[in-house]
Amino acid sequence: MEVASWPCPLADGGTSSEFALACDRGRARRLLVVPALFDEGNKLRRFTVEVMRRLDAAGIDSLLPDLPGCNESLLPLENRHPGEWREAMAAAARHFGAAATLALRGGCLFTPAALPAFHYAPVKAAAILRQMLRARILSSREAGIDETREALAAQALAGGLTLAGYPLGADFYRGFEAMEPGAAATVIAQNQIGGSGLWLRAEPDENPAQADALAALVAGIIGA
Amino acid sequence: MSDQTDLLLRRILTDVLGLKPGQADEFDADTGLFGHLPELDSMAVAGLLTELEDRLDIIIEDDEIEGEMLESYGGLLAFVEAKRGA
Repeated sequence: MEVASWPCPLADGGTSSEFALACDRGRARRLLVVPALFDEGNKLRRFTVEVMRRLDAAGIDSLLPDLPGCNESLLPLENRHPGEWREAMAAAARHFGAAATLALRGGCLFTPAALPAFHYAPVKAAAILRQMLRARILSSREAGIDETREALAAQALAGGLTLAGYPLGADFYRGFEAMEPGAAATVIAQNQIGGSGLWLRAEPDENPAQADALAALVAGIIGA
Repeated sequence: MSDQTDLLLRRILTDVLGLKPGQADEFDADTGLFGHLPELDSMAVAGLLTELEDRLDIIIEDDEIEGEMLESYGGLLAFVEAKRGA
């Protein structure tokens, strides 16, 4: 597994050099991996990489780019836009010559339309925001501040909002909240993997059996 | 209904807290949750509540969430049983 970089097109017309984790042996079977978002992205990072290692052993290259503004990216998250993320993942797929996409959870909202896609436990943007808003309300309440979902949503649309430590701009929030995973993908539900989803865990965890199962399902469909 | 809610709640806590199989069977009404388990921070509580909604088919309003219901296993069980009309 190696570190790679790729030119990421930005909404302002510029380009940013972004990071990707690559299991790249120049094989024809190449998969773009779109990571889960925000807190779920942290909880699923190890699982994602463990799946990539297993795909490598099954003869499949995989490339895990950063969404601009996330992970190792130097760009400020509050200036990003969902359309830019979608373009970014399409550009990464072209740059690395990916033949298909595997997306996890909220990453399923950003799979390139041009490629066949696997969606692992896809989730609507509204469900991600609902949970992040609830976490914000709970932590504010602990600090003695009363906030409501309605007021926070209005604040997000007016001037952006920090949720679970992630500063989301107003443009991002507006574009993101109605997003749903595309219908054309092959959906892999958690019950096909066994056990409960690692994004549910209060603390990041790992599960080799689940990584085995997801990689085997994907490799089985892509073909040896 | 009540026994089933109890079973489902133990299962959900097992999934969210990453407990070993059987560990949640030992929870009793006084077992401490929020404030006793360091991994249950606000993001984790939000995740737990969302999971309760999805798997117990209930809606939890933000203003219903109180420290008391999250303090112990018995408190949380009483809350979800009331929500499910048990």
